[in-house]
Amino acid sequence: MRIAVLSGKGGTGKTLVSVNLARLAGNSHYIDCDIEEPNGHLFFKPALTQKEEIKVKMPVVDHTKCNGCRKCIDKCRFNAMAYIYNKVLIFEEVCHSCGACSLLCPEKAISESDKVIGEIQHGTSDMVKVSSGFLNIGESSGIPVIRQLLKQKTGTNDVIIDCPPGSACSVMESIQDADFCLLVAEPSIFGAHNLNMVYELVKLFNKKHAVVLNKTMEGENPSEEFCQTHLIPILSRIPYSQEIAKQNSDAEIIIDTNPQYRELFAQLLENIKKELAI
Amino acid sequence: MKQLLILSGKGGTGKTTVAGAFIKISQAKAYADCDVDAPNLHLLMSQHVNPEQKDFYGLDKAIINQESCAACGLCAQYCRFDAIQKNGKVYQVDSFACEGCGLCDEICPVKAISMTPCIVGNLKMYKAKDVFSTAQLKMGNGNSGLLVSEVKKQMKNNKPENTHLAVIDGSPGIGCPVIASLSGVDMVLIVTEPSLSGMSDLDRIVKTTHKLQVKPAVCINKYDTNQQISNKIKDYCEKEGILFTGMIPYDNMVIKAVNQGRSIMDYECEAREAIKKVYQNTIKHIELTEEK
Repeated sequence: MRIAVLSGKGGTGKTLVSVNLARLAGNSHYIDCDIEEPNGHLFFKPALTQKEEIKVKMPVVDHTKCNGCRKCIDKCRFNAMAYIYNKVLIFEEVCHSCGACSLLCPEKAISESDKVIGEIQHGTSDMVKVSSGFLNIGESSGIPVIRQLLKQKTGTNDVIIDCPPGSACSVMESIQDADFCLLVAEPSIFGAHNLNMVYELVKLFNKKHAVVLNKTMEGENPSEEFCQTHLIPILSRIPYSQEIAKQNSDAEIIIDTNPQYRELFAQLLENIKKELAI
Repeated sequence: MKQLLILSGKGGTGKTTVAGAFIKISQAKAYADCDVDAPNLHLLMSQHVNPEQKDFYGLDKAIINQESCAACGLCAQYCRFDAIQKNGKVYQVDSFACEGCGLCDEICPVKAISMTPCIVGNLKMYKAKDVFSTAQLKMGNGNSGLLVSEVKKQMKNNKPENTHLAVIDGSPGIGCPVIASLSGVDMVLIVTEPSLSGMSDLDRIVKTTHKLQVKPAVCINKYDTNQQISNKIKDYCEKEGILFTGMIPYDNMVIKAVNQGRSIMDYECEAREAIKKVYQNTIKHIELTEEK
């Protein structure tokens, strides 16, 4: 079973939920798709087994062949090329590696070379296989890193996918082949507003889904009200506690030392399996 | 006009709470929400006027005209984004995966592909005595960097005269929308939290600001949830030569204020006093920077 954990809003507890679920499932595979700010590895402290560079194609102009026709510049819809001082210049930051310029150049003056945009690290932590993606500083799109992360063969093990915040392309990419989407929400109108966005996203992609309410406390919970209005199942409530907040901030896996939280996450995993069976 | 951008690297550290408070304290005449993936600032800044709204178009996306398509499969073969799939006998474009490069349109031997305008978001502007520019990207879409640039442009083009300071709420992460939000701003305030995750993310966002040559300052929110890591963050800032502008305690009042749709400045509490100090320390330095 492949479970994607997402939230819309940042900091609601995606990594807390993903890491503890993966640990509890035992023989599982934790995949950190929050490639801009990956944090799961801080909790698992995996023994590194393998590193993989992620590359994209960048155009390279052979200026001896270029006759200055500027077809490449006309055809580049990302405005990643310009003709300056009688030379084609490429702005790598905005290039999407679509390959149009090299394919369409009438003089065959453009070839492609590899550019490293990030890295994937694989490791193990007890029985959990841990794979984390890291986007290099200054790169704008991590989609190729996420694609490569999710291509791995995982066998029959349970897979937990820790998604990026938001509801844009990178989140969509991360949930694409998930069997189940777990939405983590906090008790604020910010939390509820962003829950609404990811709820729309998982509905659009016809994904089975349910909510975990994190940091619950006394008083109103706009996210809970949202679930009730839209008849979204709530599979677990994780109460706010200073002690847990502290342990989590020290990147400790809370179920390792707190039996009552182990029980809570075990129940959550049971509830997910039940939802999947429906 | 000086532009102050609020970022965090890690999500949920309190960017919007701090941005909302800064707007109140400074009585900023221009402000914007660049977190187009998950905008929330409008929930704090109650507006008395109706917004001007505009559709935001991303790049044109490919559509295959099934009547002229010869099903040769060349487009699917060359598409680098796996955006063209064969469903039964017909080829179809997945508009979410299509990045709008137009390569398929160029190579189709029977000209069956057309590039079609596509609405990927919505821009809003509230304009009264002050101007508030915001936007929402439609879910599952790319182009967030372009939309962020539009939000900033809209704010700049409509700012009242004598606007000295613009406050911009940013998005989490270090990618596309963050990079777009960084261009042209005078200073970044990074709101971090005392956790190992927060610290790791802080380092990545600091490096991103260096790469884009924008001066960063740092403040810690909920500092008392882990005093030891708060100290480590202060040490980190000192070592890296980054301006440290203060610490805000964990305060239940913050969530209460948010759920009332109000700024924390409207409530007498510890967090409010701490944010005021952070504001003073930050503003002192932005005044000293040369305007871009």
